[in-house]
Amino acid sequence: MANGTVLEAIDQTLELKRRPPLDVVYEWVSTVDHKKIGLMYIVYALIFLVIAGFEAVLMRIQLAVPNNHFVSPQVFNRLFTMHGTTMVFFVGMPILFGFGNYLVPLMIGARDMAFPRLNAFSFWISAFGGLLLYFSYLGGDGLYGAGSAPDVGWFAYAPLTAKVFSPGHSTDYWTLSILLTGIGTTGTALNIVTTTICMRCKGMKLSRMPLFVWLMLVTSGLVFVAVSPLTAAQIMLTLDRYLGAHFFDTQAGGSAVLWMHFFWIFGHPEVYILVLPAFGFVNEIIPVFSRKAIFGYPAMVAASVGIGFISLSVWAHHMFTVGLGPAGNTFFVFATMVISVPTGIKIFNWLATLWGGKIIFKVPMMFCIAFLFQFLVAGLTGIMLSSAPFNWQLSASYFVVAHFHYVLVGAILTALFGAFYYWYPKVTGRMMSETLGKWHFWLFIIGFHLTFDFMHVPGLLGMPRRIYTYEAGRGWEWWNLIVGIGALFQTAGTLIFVYNLVRSYHRGEIAGHDPWDAWTLEWATPSPPPAYNFAVEPTVSSRRPLWDLKHPEDQDENYE
Amino acid sequence: MMQTASTIPIAAPREPAWVLPYRGIVGMVCLILAESAIFLIFVVAYIYYIGKSLSGPTPAQVLELPILGTVCLLSSSFTVHFAVSALRKGNVRGCTVGVAGTVLLGAIFLMTTAREWYHLIHDFGLTIRTNLFGTTFYSLVGLHATHVAVGLIMLTITLALLLSGRVKEAHAERLEVLSLYWHFVDGVWVVVFLVVYVLGR
Repeated sequence: MANGTVLEAIDQTLELKRRPPLDVVYEWVSTVDHKKIGLMYIVYALIFLVIAGFEAVLMRIQLAVPNNHFVSPQVFNRLFTMHGTTMVFFVGMPILFGFGNYLVPLMIGARDMAFPRLNAFSFWISAFGGLLLYFSYLGGDGLYGAGSAPDVGWFAYAPLTAKVFSPGHSTDYWTLSILLTGIGTTGTALNIVTTTICMRCKGMKLSRMPLFVWLMLVTSGLVFVAVSPLTAAQIMLTLDRYLGAHFFDTQAGGSAVLWMHFFWIFGHPEVYILVLPAFGFVNEIIPVFSRKAIFGYPAMVAASVGIGFISLSVWAHHMFTVGLGPAGNTFFVFATMVISVPTGIKIFNWLATLWGGKIIFKVPMMFCIAFLFQFLVAGLTGIMLSSAPFNWQLSASYFVVAHFHYVLVGAILTALFGAFYYWYPKVTGRMMSETLGKWHFWLFIIGFHLTFDFMHVPGLLGMPRRIYTYEAGRGWEWWNLIVGIGALFQTAGTLIFVYNLVRSYHRGEIAGHDPWDAWTLEWATPSPPPAYNFAVEPTVSSRRPLWDLKHPEDQDENYE
Repeated sequence: MMQTASTIPIAAPREPAWVLPYRGIVGMVCLILAESAIFLIFVVAYIYYIGKSLSGPTPAQVLELPILGTVCLLSSSFTVHFAVSALRKGNVRGCTVGVAGTVLLGAIFLMTTAREWYHLIHDFGLTIRTNLFGTTFYSLVGLHATHVAVGLIMLTITLALLLSGRVKEAHAERLEVLSLYWHFVDGVWVVVFLVVYVLGR
């Protein structure tokens, strides 16, 4: 019977696919293929996303009711340190560079990155950094005692990090893991810039590159000038802790404020390193689901490069309470407010792309629409905090925590979820489930707003960040409880997302090479793309090569 | 719309030849950018802590101008440039002489630094723990010396390859990448020299 032959065929494919596990491991460990490395980045970041999310849930349980003793103060300090460090260095950067690694060569019609072996090296050194950070749970106190994780906060202010105040090795694990991941990130950024400049296919001028590639280029450029200062500061801290140097040793005339400057010279551009790729996702998804070319391409490029430059001059708005003097305050207030101009240009361009479009509300698009609203609110509270007198009142309060989580979760993570639904068919050859996707979307968005909308309020009421518990009767109880309930909704949404990823890999609908009727080059390859990407090197003559291919009578270059 | 398929072949030859920069050069420029940011932070720390040490010795008491080392390192930029342009013309022998000269001059520079450090540690008891001057001096000069050492290792490997006859004219572009790094290390020394030995004294 036909049934029998089908089963036979399936059996054969299964047998063809099944190889000894050691072979598969060897293939992935030794690979220099940009797609495999990109996927390893993404999977590794997703594992850390779940771990760091779990840490956040533990903190919200502790804070859900006053006078709680769910975790001890020491454990709470470790939790927020590990949560922040993990989310920024081992979730945010690797996941975005994972997408960059996977997509940039495909989008510019190249067969691989410029330096494939450096690419593998960068990934493994970053991954090792993450393992080192979590090894501190075992080895933080040294081999002779029970271990502990670092508890100095994700920005590790001096002199708390001095050997006297932070004995044991936990702070050293923190320093070394960031040093290593910094080297890895710089390597990947170097690779992406070189790939973008030197590996473009024929006709792919800079003015025709997809905006995602442009934003990865700006992000990578920022990495050189922003991550390197952090690497330098970590070298100084290691010298202080191991060789008895005095960079941040206030007893010997060293300056604690200098660490703050060095950290935030990294720390603020870092926000843009994380958010620019998210802009890139939105730039690719919104036009496809509005069935229109992006509005104002040159303005988008100019705004991205502008954000890159201005973001280097805003760091001290994290330090208004230090007392910078009127000149310093004025400069950093002004610079911080100016950065909202190019960002505003982007928002208006996205709106103009939607305007008059034939909008299709598939899951990736839903996440992008949520991104637009949430990123706008995040930007508005950012403008509030950029004003120094307002900042003096609310610095280190939950208002600040709510603001930056609005950016990191409401904008970056939301756009990232959209990117997963959008590119999953390309990577695996199968669609993600729309039904599960909608459950994920609504649970997550409701949870997000419960948590982070209401988190602004205890901040305004004076609740400081990093406290492990609080007394009843200050008017903070209900707000914190709502925030905690929102965290549970987000957890449920994220678990559905993870389930959807796994389930769709086995049972998703077959996608074909171009399920969204999109226009950039990655959709011209089979799904998943072969190791060499393109059998024939493509030639492009406009910003939407696949549009040209599908509509030979109406070429895009006539309108550019 | 009058655009038809016939416009495509006419449009094709109008495109200029598709030439993109050599990836080695671009990669090295990126690395130099990142390294410059690291040095910038150490230089800022040095300048910020000038005169802030709580105890002696001070730079004015112990530092001498490293004239010999500076002359050697700066001239090594010329020898490495000579090596690259020789190889580009296919002159492997000239290239070997240039690289050997660069290795020699770089090694002399490192030795002058080693002598200076020995002098400071042995005769003045200045270590990285002594005061802020010691902390910033050894870390900035040490960071630069580390870069010189890395460059020397790469140049020595190049020299070995040249002597064994494996380097051809076709490798000129690769040697240029290495020479860019070496010029950068020299340029950083100019800044370190001005900050540590002129401004800091």
